[in-house]
Amino acid sequence: MKFKAEIDIMPHKELLDPQGKTVANNMEHVHIYGIQDVRIGKHISMNLEAASESEAREVVETACKKILANLIMETYTFELAAAE
Amino acid sequence: MKFGVVVFPGSNCDDDMMHVLGTVMEQETVKLWHKDDRLAGFDTGDCIVLPGGFSYGDYLRSGAIARFSPIMNAVVEFAGSGGMVWGICNGFQILCESGLLPGVLLPNSGQKFICKNVHLSVTSTQSPITAELKAGQVLKIPIAHADGRFYADDQTMAELRANDQILFKYCDEAGAVIDSANPNGSLDAIAGICNRQRNVFGMMPHPERAAEPILGNADGRLMFESLLASVSAV
Repeated sequence: MKFKAEIDIMPHKELLDPQGKTVANNMEHVHIYGIQDVRIGKHISMNLEAASESEAREVVETACKKILANLIMETYTFELAAAE
Repeated sequence: MKFGVVVFPGSNCDDDMMHVLGTVMEQETVKLWHKDDRLAGFDTGDCIVLPGGFSYGDYLRSGAIARFSPIMNAVVEFAGSGGMVWGICNGFQILCESGLLPGVLLPNSGQKFICKNVHLSVTSTQSPITAELKAGQVLKIPIAHADGRFYADDQTMAELRANDQILFKYCDEAGAVIDSANPNGSLDAIAGICNRQRNVFGMMPHPERAAEPILGNADGRLMFESLLASVSAV
C-alpha cells in the first residue's frame, strides 16, 4: 500500500528561535501589524510503501526519531494518509 | 601517535588540519574518506579528527546526515574502545548528532554567521587538549559558524558541570565570562566540552586556524601541543 506522510518539525517552545524572532520583528516593515510570535520549523512530505497503515506509521516514527528531528531541540508531528 | 582527518562531502577545514598536524606539528597524518567503514591502522593511542565545514551542505541540521556516513560507525566504535576523537566546528556538530557528545548546536542567537576572533577561558584541564593549559588561561581563537549555540537540557547541563566536562567558555580579553563575550548565545557560554570518559572532545572555535606565528596568532598550537604531550605521557 502507498502512503503519504506530512511531517512538521518545530523547535522546542522554550528555545529561542532566532529565525522566527527576526521575521516577527520585521513584519512592521512590510506594514503587517499585530503579529506577536513567529516560530519557524520544517515541513517534510514523503511517500512510502508499507504493508499496512500501522507499519507505515512505525516507519515514519522511526525516521522522525532517528534522523528527521533532533529531539533535544525539536518536536515532530505528522499526518499519514493513503496515497494513490 | 597517528592522526586521521575525516573528509565528508562539504568539509572545508580538512586541509588546514592536515597542514597543522602534518607540517606544523610534524605528526603522521592521513585523510580518511567518509565512505570508509573501518579505521585500519589506528589504535587507541591515536586520534581521529572531524574537521570543520558544511558536511552535506548542513542539510536537515548541521551534522545530521554526516553522522550516518559509513565511517561514523567505525569512529563510534573507536571512541568506545578509548581512542581519541576531536571534533571542531562542524565536527563538534557531528559528534553531538551522533551521540558521542551530549547536547546540540542551535542556530546562533543573532541569526548571523559569525567569523571573528573570540577569547576562550580554559574551564577544565582534565582532557588531552587542555591538560597542559592552566584553568582560567585565556586563548584567542577564531570562530566561523552559523550554528554554534550550545544547548542541553537541565539534567545534561548538571552532569556536564558535575563531571567537569566543560573545557572552554567564551570570555572577554581579560578572561571574564560575561554575556557580551558570548558570541552565539551558548548556554553557560560553552565553547567546548568532552565526554565523560574524556577521550572525545568537541569545540566550535578553530585552533587549526591559529597555530602558527605567520598567521599572527599561535594560541591554537597550545591545544595540539597539549594533546601530543598527554599521549606521550601515558
